[in-house]
Amino acid sequence: MEQVIANGLYLGAQYALIALGLTLIFGLMNVLNFAHGQMYVLGGFITYAVYGQLGLPFPLAVFASGVTLFVIGGLMERYLFRTVIKRSHREESTMLLAAATAFFFDAVILLIFGEKQRGVPKIVKGVFNDFGVILPYDRILVGILAGLCIIAFILALKYTKPGRAMRALAQDRVAAQLMGVQVERYTMLGFALGAMLAGVTGGLLASITGINAGIGGPISIKAFTMIMIGGAGVVGGAIAGGFILGMMESVGLTVLREYGDVTYLVIFATLMIFLSIRPNGLMGKPWG
Amino acid sequence: MLNNKKTLALAVFLLAVFVIVPYLIGTTGRKDFYYTLTSVALLSIASAGVWLTFFIGRINIGQGAYALMGGYVSAVLVMSYGWSFWWTLPVAGILCALASILIGFPILRLRGVYFAMVTLVLTEVTRLLALALPITSGAKGITSIPLPGALSIFGITIIPDFATMENPRIAFYYLAAVLMVLCFAGMYRLVNSRIGHICMSLQQNEELASSIGVNIAALRVIAYAISSFLGGISGAVFVAATQSVYPSSFTVTDSVNFMLNCFLGGLGYVFGPMMGTLVLYFGWNLLFETGKFQLLIYSTLMIVLMLVLPNGLMSLRSLWKKG
Repeated sequence: MEQVIANGLYLGAQYALIALGLTLIFGLMNVLNFAHGQMYVLGGFITYAVYGQLGLPFPLAVFASGVTLFVIGGLMERYLFRTVIKRSHREESTMLLAAATAFFFDAVILLIFGEKQRGVPKIVKGVFNDFGVILPYDRILVGILAGLCIIAFILALKYTKPGRAMRALAQDRVAAQLMGVQVERYTMLGFALGAMLAGVTGGLLASITGINAGIGGPISIKAFTMIMIGGAGVVGGAIAGGFILGMMESVGLTVLREYGDVTYLVIFATLMIFLSIRPNGLMGKPWG
Repeated sequence: MLNNKKTLALAVFLLAVFVIVPYLIGTTGRKDFYYTLTSVALLSIASAGVWLTFFIGRINIGQGAYALMGGYVSAVLVMSYGWSFWWTLPVAGILCALASILIGFPILRLRGVYFAMVTLVLTEVTRLLALALPITSGAKGITSIPLPGALSIFGITIIPDFATMENPRIAFYYLAAVLMVLCFAGMYRLVNSRIGHICMSLQQNEELASSIGVNIAALRVIAYAISSFLGGISGAVFVAATQSVYPSSFTVTDSVNFMLNCFLGGLGYVFGPMMGTLVLYFGWNLLFETGKFQLLIYSTLMIVLMLVLPNGLMSLRSLWKKG
């Protein structure tokens, strides 16, 4: 049982970090970023290239992943999403754009890094084995790092000026603009930050699960599930959703083992029932 | 009512689909185009369903679920119960519509991305169900499904047995084309009817529509049921044409593609999904020659198209009219 909880917490921390980026982008621009999983994969491959191939230190590699994705995210918002939102009659049109960028990233990743599963050397060796829990040290480290990232992100959103501006934007775009918030600049910053979070998570996890060009889509679906559980566009919801999904996966894999591969079937079915009772997730606002 | 210009356009379209295309294929000898065009016709029927849910203001990424369901219903009825394909076709559609009413009642209360994501999850649930249920025989799928047999009413053979034909692909092409024409004719009629206009009000403001006495809950479910009916029909014919069905026959990617077809064609135009499917499917196949750059070029073109024509390909016409 302790083992299941430990696994759940570890999974939850990494999931929450992925969901945070997605929910930030959604909260600010009402864009469902289909390319989020692909951004994660790109971040993972950059870490693989810098740490695994060039042999530079791991923190530098994760930093490089974050910075690259920050720039890519900023450029995407500035030159793609902003233009389409301005010209389109319907807000949903951004979904086609998001899906197209997801395909684009998939193609670029395949061309540059190939289709092989890639792994990097372990960042710390050894296994923690006490209190009935067996966890490799690198997983614990990554879990803690993910947790620290989440806390840093929340603090930044709460106490810095750009953070306050972004929260204002998410609450009411027009009102924020009237109060003198530079809407365009902070939307771009928000998108860049969201992309950066995906990249950092990819970089961190590349050291444990490795990275593979094909996992972008499934990661996106998991991220969507998390923000649906918690409520789209709400930071607290994303974190709650991440931990809940992590726990459900961990418990499901143990309890439902004898019925075959049905964990996700059960999770998705539960989710649909849950959403028909509570349409906006745990904490979502009714404007979804 | 139809004016002269529209009648002419309709005649040209029908002529193109039923006479010119088969003639061109016959003279050039590119028989493989029959299969491609059959797929386009079938996928555009499913996309038309997605378009209808867009019409009531919902983003539907769950059409793959109903296409898969329709395909399995038809395949199981043919294989395990010995039904004729022609009977399974309406049954597949109706069962999908019934399932969508059951699922639709709770989830149609959701809006925006929530509805989009639930339907996305629905596609995944259906695939996982197809893997887990005993009747669908799991990942192996159902293969070597017989071709559709003869259909006769009062002893008169209306449709001959596909298996006796020299090239069943031509028969499937005509079947798919007829279904597509019926489907879009129905859609056009629906959108321009009273119900269509009320649906348009749902797209803009549900509360307002409800306040003047529109039964929005019923209308939403009806539109969603029609949408799923089309998905089921398209899936059933697709399965018959490929003679096999697997849990991976329709996945999240297909659901997303159905949605993209609608976007690309243009959400404001009834014939948008047909246009979008044709361009996307053909574009993808034409780019096959570029080998490993296929996806790169395809996605780049899609991004560019979105930047230039964010309201869909059909919006070109209104731009052109404006001058």
